[in-house]
Amino acid sequence: MNAWNAMLSAISLPRGKLWLLAGYGAALAVLLTAPLYLSDFRLNILAKCLAFAIAALGLDLLWGYTGILSLGHGVFFGLGGYAMAMHLKLVASGDRLPDFMDWTGVTKLPWFWEPFRYAGFAILMGIVIPSVLALILGFFTFRNRIKGVYFTILTQALVIITVTLFVGQQKYTGGTNGLTGYAELFGVPLRNAGMKNALYFATVAALLAAFLLCRYLVKSRLGKVLRAIRDGENRVRFLGFDPSVYQMAAFAVSAGLAGLAGMLFVLHVGIISPSMMAIVPSVEMVLWVAIGGRGTLVGAVIGAIVINEAKSGLSESFPDIWTFFLGALFILVTVFLPGGLVGLFRQASQRFRRREPAHEHDAIDVSPVLREGNRSV
Amino acid sequence: MSTTQSTSVLSCEKVTVAFDGFKAVQEMDLTILPGELRFLIGPNGAGKTTMLDVICGKVKPVGGKVVFNGRHGAVDVTKRKEHAIAELGIGRKFQTPSIFSGLTVEENLEISMSQKRGVFAALRAKMSKFDRMRIETELDLIGLQAKKRQRAGLLSHGEKQWLEIGMMLLQEPEILLLDEPVAGMTDKETEKTGELLKQIVRKRTVVVVEHDMEFVRRFASSVTVMHEGKLLKEGSMDEVQRDDRVAEVYLGRRRDADVIGSTA
Amino acid sequence: MALWLTQLFNGLSVSSILLLIALGLAITFGLMRVINMAHGEFIMIGAYAAYLMQKIFQDSLPGSWFGAYFPLAIVFSFVLAFTIGYLLETTLIRFLYGRPLDSLLATWGVGLVLQQLARSIFGAPNVGVTSPSWLDGGLRVMTGVVFPYKRLFIIGLVILCLLAMYFYIYRSNPGRRMQAVMQNRDMAACLGISTRRVDSTTFAIGSGIAGIAGCALTLIGPIGPTIGTNYIIDAFMVVVLGGVGKLAGTLVGALGIGMLNMLFEWWTTASLGKVLVFLCIVAFLQWKPMGLFAVRSRSLD
Repeated sequence: MNAWNAMLSAISLPRGKLWLLAGYGAALAVLLTAPLYLSDFRLNILAKCLAFAIAALGLDLLWGYTGILSLGHGVFFGLGGYAMAMHLKLVASGDRLPDFMDWTGVTKLPWFWEPFRYAGFAILMGIVIPSVLALILGFFTFRNRIKGVYFTILTQALVIITVTLFVGQQKYTGGTNGLTGYAELFGVPLRNAGMKNALYFATVAALLAAFLLCRYLVKSRLGKVLRAIRDGENRVRFLGFDPSVYQMAAFAVSAGLAGLAGMLFVLHVGIISPSMMAIVPSVEMVLWVAIGGRGTLVGAVIGAIVINEAKSGLSESFPDIWTFFLGALFILVTVFLPGGLVGLFRQASQRFRRREPAHEHDAIDVSPVLREGNRSV
Repeated sequence: MSTTQSTSVLSCEKVTVAFDGFKAVQEMDLTILPGELRFLIGPNGAGKTTMLDVICGKVKPVGGKVVFNGRHGAVDVTKRKEHAIAELGIGRKFQTPSIFSGLTVEENLEISMSQKRGVFAALRAKMSKFDRMRIETELDLIGLQAKKRQRAGLLSHGEKQWLEIGMMLLQEPEILLLDEPVAGMTDKETEKTGELLKQIVRKRTVVVVEHDMEFVRRFASSVTVMHEGKLLKEGSMDEVQRDDRVAEVYLGRRRDADVIGSTA
Repeated sequence: MALWLTQLFNGLSVSSILLLIALGLAITFGLMRVINMAHGEFIMIGAYAAYLMQKIFQDSLPGSWFGAYFPLAIVFSFVLAFTIGYLLETTLIRFLYGRPLDSLLATWGVGLVLQQLARSIFGAPNVGVTSPSWLDGGLRVMTGVVFPYKRLFIIGLVILCLLAMYFYIYRSNPGRRMQAVMQNRDMAACLGISTRRVDSTTFAIGSGIAGIAGCALTLIGPIGPTIGTNYIIDAFMVVVLGGVGKLAGTLVGALGIGMLNMLFEWWTTASLGKVLVFLCIVAFLQWKPMGLFAVRSRSLD
């Protein structure tokens, strides 16, 4: 750590930046050494949280930066999960049909299952299918300026119909039970200890890549346009930008990240079912971002990890209390803590330093969404 | 008709706008020549702002056409979407300052610069030395150099207006539509805005909607008076002031009448 | 023909409940720009209120009185949901005005808490509510077509509520004040209307109506802590479809969605039907993005 700091001061970064970089470095070091000191069970939970963090990043890009709230990210997460699960299921079934197809009287593997025999195809589809679905939905909504709560409500409806569809089409999707009973990936058994560590590191790498991608996006001029859209979509139009194209792009990237998260989730947890893409998980994702602090990226990661670690602690022993806790958290965060944990931390550190103005990061404007005099319909 | 179209930069013909049956603008004609500074005046509800809305695409008229004759040739903008109209070279400043409050002053200017506006272009966009110079020059002009890294939402009302004018200038439109640029400003701020406007007018065609007659008088090259959605009178400020119908319209509204009458 | 009639009638009765639920949503959204995700839980409150009333009659009153419980249950459902709605508005919702997305999340949290509360009090499994015997049987329209009295009663109840709402909004003084606030909050406040009181009363009325809807649902089937979530999304779709601020929009929206749901689920399967309805709504929004009855405004955002 000392060498690291020395190196940083050698390239003479401002002190705030230096601390920030040191923080990121330390966090990465903790994550990379986790297999050394965590039990298999704990490591598995952490890996799951990290997968969730990837989805949270995507959601933050969409909500925190572009101002579009999607309550339908469970669907994209689930589609990614199913893509991976279909591959794992086919591999586990060998030459025979997947077991649930047998039970429901399907005699021939449906055509759209066929290409999922190839791991590469499945992984690609786990990202492409959610992104394309987001593009299509975005095309039909953003272009017509369906936005704000109207869009949010439509995403909720998307969740309902997707869940109903997956439950209803049991012979193709496994119905309520979903897909489970996997054996191996790339010819290596999933139970293998080495494989577990490898998957963990793959998740850390994916999270890092997702974080860097999002960071690159929000620091680019594209990111500035996205924030401009958040502040005043119509004004952006009169600058000559077409906001709908930008919104579609943000939505697609966000959905793709959720798909990636879903794939990793399936590998760690070993099951995907419609209940994992239902309303509650979809809205929970939003809470991760809200708790961490929207519009900060790092907040989304922190929120996802903190909430899910807390959940695995609380919900296993007291499921009732967890639901109360979750509900109360929603109320408290939106009313009293719109900036989330990162916002809280920033306020504290600013009181501590009282020098630099607050523009540094992309702090969100927490004033009422509608401007004054604009409350009437 | 054809001659005006070939020389004018903007010509509105028989534009009619209806809101739920109410006709806000009726068969309005408006022709703007290149390099002109045109003031649009008239009592409240005369349809001035609506006229600007039609030109920049915010409101679609139920009848008539608006031909913009810019660098891309003559185009009827009533068929285009807002962003496409802005891209053609029509800039609009709204009455209430509409800047992006979550972005810094500098960032506001950066995204307003004339540039390629596709998603991938924005992703790859880098600030060239020239871009940076443009922004610095603009910051000096609007007097916000010291606040360039501040969030725009924290600026005062006047500063926001100037920032928006700066954004408009960087957008480099061929024709600029301004809606009451000095409304709600202190005398000192009005003064400074006047100076800014003089700079703008030198290089491009400008249409201004304004209530402040003093302000109009200081600049006016030509004035169009609207009343109840229709064209009432067009000409120089002197001609307009001498017109009986204009006086009548304004006499109905006491305060404006005082202002216009004081020099007549 | 007989099948058609039965299906249409079922569609109508589903629509009428949807209308009752969407009414409160449309009003609170139009008035306060607050999306109340806990609205579904007011349905649940109303349903459990009816369940409680039924229990009281069964356990401690003479059996011959049982038939009278339902009218009382309707009143009780309304009053209970109204009161809880009023409390919710004054303690939480009023901090969220003009922040639709934040209000959506906070009220979702409220919904979660209320659901869990119901689970703790009444248990997680669904409970059945015995409907009064005078609602058994049905009206024979023609051979093979019977309109159950329960569903006819629901439709009648909805029409009654709708009429009451109509008179309240368009003919009474508090209703006029509500409209004034809806159209121009600042101006209304300047004219001496207590916008605070209008807000909380309106929110409470919306909640109360949802309570009545919950009470009506006990006639159709068993009820449980999550009964609201089954209807809430459809009700939101009604608001999206019908637009905000006009009673007629909500009416047409509810009829549209209820009927489409019925038709598609009849022609295809339940799961595919939902997809088709969703596609229809998205397609409709291509034509009218702001819903059927949109109010145009001049502001920029």
